[in-house]
Amino acid sequence: MIDQQTLEMLLGGVWDTLYMTLVATFFSYVFGLIMGVALVICRKDGIRPNALVYGVLDVVVNLTRSFPFLILMIAVIPFTRFLVGTTIGNNATVVPLVLAAAPFVARLVESSLLEVDAGVVEAAQSMGASTWQIITKVLLPEALPSLINGSAVSAITILGYSAMSGAVGGGGLGKLAIMYGYNRYQTDIMVMTVVLLIIIVQAFQSFGNWATRRSDKRGS
Amino acid sequence: MADEPIIQIVGLEKRFSGKNAQIYALRGIDLAIGKGDIFGIIGQSGAGKSTLVRCINMLERPTGGSVFFDGKDLCRLREAELRAARRSMGMIFQQFNLLMQRTALQNVCFPLELVGTPRAEARKRAQELLELVGLANRMESYPSQLSGGQKQRVAIARALATNPRVLLCDEATSALDPATTDSILALIKDINAQLGITAVVITHEMSVIEKICSHVAIISKGVIEEQGPVEEVFFHPQTEAARRLVLPEALQKLPGEYMYRLIFNGRSSFEPVIANMVLECGCPVNIMYADTRDINGVAFGQMVLQLPEREASRTRIMAYARAHDIMLEEMRP
Repeated sequence: MIDQQTLEMLLGGVWDTLYMTLVATFFSYVFGLIMGVALVICRKDGIRPNALVYGVLDVVVNLTRSFPFLILMIAVIPFTRFLVGTTIGNNATVVPLVLAAAPFVARLVESSLLEVDAGVVEAAQSMGASTWQIITKVLLPEALPSLINGSAVSAITILGYSAMSGAVGGGGLGKLAIMYGYNRYQTDIMVMTVVLLIIIVQAFQSFGNWATRRSDKRGS
Repeated sequence: MADEPIIQIVGLEKRFSGKNAQIYALRGIDLAIGKGDIFGIIGQSGAGKSTLVRCINMLERPTGGSVFFDGKDLCRLREAELRAARRSMGMIFQQFNLLMQRTALQNVCFPLELVGTPRAEARKRAQELLELVGLANRMESYPSQLSGGQKQRVAIARALATNPRVLLCDEATSALDPATTDSILALIKDINAQLGITAVVITHEMSVIEKICSHVAIISKGVIEEQGPVEEVFFHPQTEAARRLVLPEALQKLPGEYMYRLIFNGRSSFEPVIANMVLECGCPVNIMYADTRDINGVAFGQMVLQLPEREASRTRIMAYARAHDIMLEEMRP
């Protein structure tokens, strides 16, 4: 049905997409986790209320999130060039992906951590836990199932962004869909890339659900 | 009992700033909690009792006054010193507040991890504590697999892990059924007796106070209305708030004149006290109310009597009571 060349191209696209998505998810989590934790502990009823830090982070997160990804990607081109030396290819795409996704991750982390019962935090405080201990031994472990679930959601969102990046120099399945499917009217390749994207999304979500269930000790 | 209080609260005040006015949750609280006491603090919801117990370990920062623990004013400690002081005060909660993603054993290890106890040592201590609270067979269970009473036992073991000198119990039995409540109260009493840990028990139920407390303070609208040994408050309630706890609602407004309250102790309940009194004095009394209470394991009965209108009859009854060592006092509004 498809020739060797198309197959290789599609497999390459899958690899590029997975690479961008996973690397960007990882770095988004590094930054998003820090911001999300800061949002939770600095809020008014948090364990370290700090109106300034909370206010600044809140605005930054909202600002970044209201940027359409395509615009953001073009807007940060100088920054991308400064960081990775080029503006096309997988590594160059990771930069705007992380910039766009980290604030999104921050909000997901924030809402996961807010699910942790305030009473449990209070109990830890009554035992003399420090702020750092509450973060590392109470908030994050207690919210782990929800965080895992959130990371699957984030990875899927980033996958969607990465496909969009195909329009302005990014690689992966998005590029193939645009180049062959849109510009050259090769509907069969477009359909195949879409099917592959669906399979990847499904795989991320299923893995996320499985890992969430496995990590959660609340159900009996 | 104790010569020197382990917790001394002086002029404690907690004020919340509302939009237009300042709201006092606590005002002018003075309490001395002796070493080894089981000190009950009772009040209705919204009276400020939970705020009060949270001020003892500074989960709530008081806006005025002092809390002395072991001679140190907790309000003036620095962060690190306060954390150290908190380790000498275990706390248990109405909703247990266990870590849901940890087993019972890991929950008890938690406070030990906070102070950097080596893992093996922490596990050993946690096992001993779970045995102490009667959960030797549920160590690897997660909280979601335990009943309410079992969860509270884990919470008690966890609170005891760092060898505290005080156990703060915030409505610890309010989410439990009556039988489980009794078993948890018995456990707290055991711990108090065996380990000499002072307990501060916050509750809205008089029965909790009667079962285990040696002292009681009654809090109402952010103010301590009355405090003293439980027997003392039970026998001679001085204030409206105390009477409300000791007597049923119908009698609080004194439905007539010449109402007297009579207290039996264990001894006099073997004698037909009222019958003898009526026969001897030759005048009838009207029994308005009677019940028995179990205070620290001793059964006490109380009765509310309406004595005759004739003053001579009343004088005779009072004389009889005095002569027979029966506690009979007039109830005044």
